[in-house]
This record gives sequence, structure tokens and C-alpha cells, in this order.
Amino acid sequence: MADTTIDLGTTAAKHEEAGFLGFTRAQALAFGVLVAFVFISPFFLYPVFLMKILCFALFACAFNLLIGYVGLLSFGHAAFFGMGGYITAHTAKVWGLTPELAILAGGVVGSVLGLGIGWLAIRRSGIYFAMITLAMAQMVYFFCLQAPFTGGEDGIQQVPRGSLFGMVPLDRDFTLYWVVAFVFLAGFLLVHRVVHSPFGQVMKAVRENEPRATSLGYRTDDYKLMAFVLSAALSGVAGGTKALVFGIATLVDVNWTMSGEVVLMTLVGGLGTVFGPVVGAAVIVTMQNYLAEFGAWVTVIQGVIFVACVLAFRRGVVGEIGNLLKVKL
Amino acid sequence: MVDTILETEGLTKEFRGFAAVSDVRLQVARGSIHGLIGPNGAGKTTCFNLLTKFLPPTRGSIRYDGRDITGMKPAEVARLGLVRSFQISAVFPNLTVLENVRLALQRQRGGSFDFWRGESLLRQYDDRAMQLLEDVGLTGYARHAAGQLPYGRKRALEIATTLALDPVMMLLDEPTAGMTHEDVDRIVTLVKRVAAGRTVLLVEHNLKVVEGLCDTITVLTRGRVLAQGDYATVSRNPEVQAAYLGTDPSIAGGTQHV
Repeated sequence: MADTTIDLGTTAAKHEEAGFLGFTRAQALAFGVLVAFVFISPFFLYPVFLMKILCFALFACAFNLLIGYVGLLSFGHAAFFGMGGYITAHTAKVWGLTPELAILAGGVVGSVLGLGIGWLAIRRSGIYFAMITLAMAQMVYFFCLQAPFTGGEDGIQQVPRGSLFGMVPLDRDFTLYWVVAFVFLAGFLLVHRVVHSPFGQVMKAVRENEPRATSLGYRTDDYKLMAFVLSAALSGVAGGTKALVFGIATLVDVNWTMSGEVVLMTLVGGLGTVFGPVVGAAVIVTMQNYLAEFGAWVTVIQGVIFVACVLAFRRGVVGEIGNLLKVKL
Repeated sequence: MVDTILETEGLTKEFRGFAAVSDVRLQVARGSIHGLIGPNGAGKTTCFNLLTKFLPPTRGSIRYDGRDITGMKPAEVARLGLVRSFQISAVFPNLTVLENVRLALQRQRGGSFDFWRGESLLRQYDDRAMQLLEDVGLTGYARHAAGQLPYGRKRALEIATTLALDPVMMLLDEPTAGMTHEDVDRIVTLVKRVAAGRTVLLVEHNLKVVEGLCDTITVLTRGRVLAQGDYATVSRNPEVQAAYLGTDPSIAGGTQHV
């Protein structure tokens, strides 16, 4: 046994990529900052605002898994996010599930929905892929508008936060915050794990050169579908968590504008970077919160930022910083 | 009796009525280096895509190693050991050179759908990957992004990646296209070396390359087999000379389809 340990040690030393949880040194440092922020910020900032950021950050990370690492631009991710919200809200309110189970249910339904939509969409690529996901998501939207359990225009309101494992009541924002923080960090690390797994390696190969991946014997469609389902599941979890935080699930979260918003977050933060989606989500949510007094101008400002992003710094905030410091973030 | 590994019968591919490949009968002997040559637009690459299942044939059948592969998917054919390269250098540009080769070696462990396990699992293939890179003279580039390699080195990396699958039969699509003379010589030597114990089907535009390399040559023009045999036989064939030098417009007209 001793021999193997030493062996592993030397191999690890040869690889610069090796490190804590598979992070590079710069990433480990950034992750440390992120965790510190997650733990310290609720003592200074409004917890509900922070929870909103964390929910969207997880959503953006899930979205980034698909566009950043498989190269698939989904324009229908609101379907998974919104449906996750409805399912969590319904199971928590009507079925009386505990919050962790309700969120889980949101994730499961998200993944099932992802399996269906993904199975159809991966047959096409590029703009056609985006269009199919958009069309399917619109169908989900109309389903949510009409289905009896969603409450139509009213949505599902007064969703109880319940008690974690039936024991810890989550009515206080400060208590709920830690649950949301846990969900976010777990989801973030899962995405990171997926990207740095044997599966993730094939996923990146598909992004880089699909015909070549095929010629190596990989059935590329299977990998795309798997990534799509994982992304949809995490989006469902993010939506479910958000529904619990605000105690409401509405059509806003399942509308196509939400699909656009997550694209914006990911782009602003940095496509295909580990931390970009988190930063992007924080920027956009903060803007929406603090610029709310300007009313409709928020959309205009968002549009300007989007244009500036595409024109001036295409790598996004984190991507540009990483490029400047010559590290992968 | 020659042991045939790959055989096509009446292989035809039509694009909206235009027959890019028509009625091609090809027999590749096991263990040989077989050249598929022809002028631009002769249908070499189409033929190649048909053999590797990247295109479905309009008519005809393909048998590989005793089984009918006509209806198979490209990934399945690759799993049977029939592995192709591409004309445009096909690497994974943002992955490192080592990762490129490792992706092929990773095939040994099956589908690699385990998204919950660490990447460190793949280090077991590093030694073999380094060996393969040494074989093609890329040791010093292992940690570089594949996209930054100069053109000739990319082709070498492609061959290393293909070899990593330990293919029974390799199909190389113009491995020397766009290369300088030194690079061509290096690749020719490399192909000769790696062909030991395998079958190679080589698509080439350049007659000089196939001269010293191939045991058998099939000449295509305008989608049809014009001649087949060893280099000496084929190069003396007046129709082949006409097709290459363009003296007879009825035969050399293939270029107009490019």
C-alpha cells in the first residue's frame, strides 16, 4: 500500500493540473474567495438578495455546462428553471413535502423534461438547436399557463418554506440562507466535477471537433444528451430553490426572457469559465435590484451591457481577468 | 488467395443526381498499404467518407473483416478498428497534445459516461500517450494546446491519436496535403513504420507519395475506378497518364466538379 501512495504522489507532482478538487492553483484561490464570500456576506447584506444571486448563479452554472463545455446554445433553459420552481412549489404546498425533497423533485422533473427536449434538440446543431429548444420551451410555457396545478396567471403563491428534514424550520431568512448556500456550493462543485471527469473530457472533445470524436468511436449524441440532462436537472434544482426562497412560482421564470437572461449572465461573466456564471449572475441580479427605481430603463441598461460585452470584452468579466493574469479561472 | 479485409461492391453515392462515386469495386488486402489516388474531384474523399460511414451510400455494400458494415454508424465502425483521419487536420485545438492522444486511449475503458469521477483516473493512460507522442516526435509539445502546433505537427498528432486506438485498419485522408518537403518525408516514413501489422488505406493527390509507399494503387477519376495494380502497372497506364496530365478532356474533366 505504501508503494502506491508514493507513486500517486509523484504522478500528481508532475501534473500542474492536480490539486484540491481538481482545481488549478488560481482556481483554488478563487474558490476560496467565493466560499469566504458566501459565508461572510449574509452578515452584511440582505439574505434574500443573496439567495436570489445564488439561485441564479447555480442556474447560470448549469447553463454554462452546456454552452461552455459542449458548445450547445440552449435557448429554452427557462423551461427547466421555471418547471423546477412549479414542481417544488406544488410538492411543498399541496403534497406537504419537506423542502429538501421538494427541491429534489424540482430537479428530477427538470431532468425528465431535459431528457425529452434534449432528445429532440440534439439531432440538430447550431441555430437550429437553439430554435428547437426555444420552441419546446414555449410549449412548456403554454402548458404552465393552462395546467390547473400552476395557477395560471397567478402562479403558485404562499409556498411554505417548511422545515428541513422535518426538523429545522426555515422561516427565518438567515436559516434558509445556509440551505441555499449549501445547494449552490454542491451544484457548483458538481458542475466542476462533471467538467473534470472522464465524461467531461469527451464532452470537451465533442465541443472541439465533433467528427473527430465520432471517428474515435464516441457516439457524440449520447454525450450531448447526457450533458443536456445534467444541465436541465441542475436548472430545475435552481428554480425549485428560488421558488422556496420567494414562496412563489410564476410564469416569469418559465418565460423565454428568462432563457435570455441566463445567456446574458453567462456571457457577462465569461463563457466556459468556472467562475464566470457566478460573477455574471451576481452582476445582473445586483443591477436588477439596485436599478429597479429606473423602471424600464433596467432593460435598456442590460442591453447596453450586453452589447458592450460582445464588442469590447468577449471573454466576459472572469474570462478577461483570467486572460490578463494568464490563468484559467 | 488474397485475404481481403475491406471490400466494396457497386458502391455508389449520388448528390442530387450527380454521381460523385459510382459503382466502385474496391478490394484491400489485409496487411497492405493501399493507395487511392486520382485528380481533384475524382471522388476520393467521398469514397473515403462512405467507407468510414460518415456518408450513407446511395447503393452498394461495404464488407469489413467478413461483416457487412453498410448500415452501421461511424462510431460503431470505429469501434471495430476501422479508424480514419481527416483531410483538414482534425485535432481538439483547445485541449493539450497529451489530452488529444489520451482521448483515444480513453476509449479502452468504454463509453466514459462516469461524470462523477475525477479526471485523475485518466492518468493511467499518460505513459502510453507519451510513448505515442515520442513515436511521432511530439514529446516536447505534450503540454501545449494542440491548436498552437504548426501544421505538420498537427498531422503527426493526428496520426498519434489514430494509432492510440490501435486500429486494425487505418484510413488516412491525404496525410501530406499542404506540407513542406521535409514534412512529407517525415510523414511517409511514419506511415511506413506504423503500417506494420496493420492495413492502411491512403487517399492521396500526390503520385510521388504513393510511389514508394503503396503496395497496391487504385486510381479514381470522375467517381469511377480507372485502374488498379502496383505503382509500375498503374503509372504506365495511358488512361491514368491522361487523367493526371489532362491530355484527354473526356477523362481529365474531373477537376470541374471541385
